[in-house]
Amino acid sequence: MKPVFTYSEGMERVETSYCPGCTHGIAHRLIVETLIENGELGNAIGVCPIGCSVQAHKFMHVDMCEAAHGRAPAVASGIRRVHPDKPVFTYQGDGDLASIGMGEIIHAASRGERFTTFFINNGIYGMTGGQMAPTTLIGQRSTTSQDGRTVEANGMPIRVAELIAAVDGAAYVERVALDSPAHIRQAKRAVQKAFAVQKMGVGFTMIEFISSCPTNWGLSPVEALGWIKEKMIPYYPLGVKKDITAQNVQEEEA
Amino acid sequence: MTKKFRVELIKDRCKGCELCTSVCSRHLLKMDTHLNHKGYASVTIENMDACIGCINCALICPDGAIEIFQLEEGDKE
Ligand SMILES: Cc1ncc(C[n+]2csc(CCOP(=O)(O)OP(=O)(O)O)c2C)c(N)n1
Ligand code: SF4
Ligand code: SF4
Ligand code: SF4
Repeated sequence: MKPVFTYSEGMERVETSYCPGCTHGIAHRLIVETLIENGELGNAIGVCPIGCSVQAHKFMHVDMCEAAHGRAPAVASGIRRVHPDKPVFTYQGDGDLASIGMGEIIHAASRGERFTTFFINNGIYGMTGGQMAPTTLIGQRSTTSQDGRTVEANGMPIRVAELIAAVDGAAYVERVALDSPAHIRQAKRAVQKAFAVQKMGVGFTMIEFISSCPTNWGLSPVEALGWIKEKMIPYYPLGVKKDITAQNVQEEEA
Repeated sequence: MTKKFRVELIKDRCKGCELCTSVCSRHLLKMDTHLNHKGYASVTIENMDACIGCINCALICPDGAIEIFQLEEGDKE
């Protein structure tokens, strides 16, 4: 029998701590698959966040260290500067990256740090039980917006990919979603591209994944994928937000 | 010869989320009434011969519970 799809050797053979149908596990797999394809699984260094993926180092077969809440970009900056030949990445949720860690991520991008951030936008604080995140949609219920988020009280949800793309040091920024096989295939290409641009050493790279949190959205896992498609993607449009390597090509052609 | 595939469902890894059942292009995956050791209803496949090897189910499984193989000449069906 010819293998068509087998368990990724980049994933540890342990049970993840994620809820049934939580798409964190898909994002993990895309990252380690890409590192294996690049022959860099044993060479890469990751930085874990605080959040449901705090234990990502137990699930991905990659050397990883833990950072304080939101500080992964600062830790990764140091690691990548000391190890300029290694692929370095952070893996961060939206509470971690866009609330407490917003300062770190913007400054790391602005400095053009040569690591990649994998940003999991599930529109909520998962680990702590479903509080509102900066990415929670208008009208979305959470334990801290029980009648739904309002613009008056909480402002508009932050579109992080567009925000980071506007920072000069950012080289490649793309938003993808994990709600369908087609989108997962595209997400894999985005991860490959991000590591390739990181290797070119031309600046900061980030992939934003629209991901599900069925548990705290109060939906079944399948309904949660429908919520991504119907509610999240219209507000968080998918696609490449910045690619300075493409701009270089265009300039050369002109 | 039309290609034939084998879908391996690693029941102990399954968390019964049903994402795979929702994306199977041939609607072959169903939830089993049998519970695995974690207490989740795991997934099962009806009519394996109808599988087209699209790997949709394996791509979306967050828990690595699905593997797909293509049958080669000489393999037992
Ligand atoms: C300094 C500090 N402040 C607050 C917390 C509590 N806390 C733990 S996880 C978390 C947010 C997690 O949400 P997110 O980053 O969206 O990740 P998810 O769990 O949804 O994957 C918070 C506020 C903490 N651990 N440390
Ligand atoms: S709480 Fe949400 S983000 Fe955390 S593991 Fe469960 S479904 Fe995933
Ligand atoms: S490979 Fe495709 S057709 Fe076969 S079981 Fe999986 S989703 Fe269904
Ligand atoms: S997607 Fe994976 S974990 Fe979920 S029901 Fe299917 S096999 Fe089980």
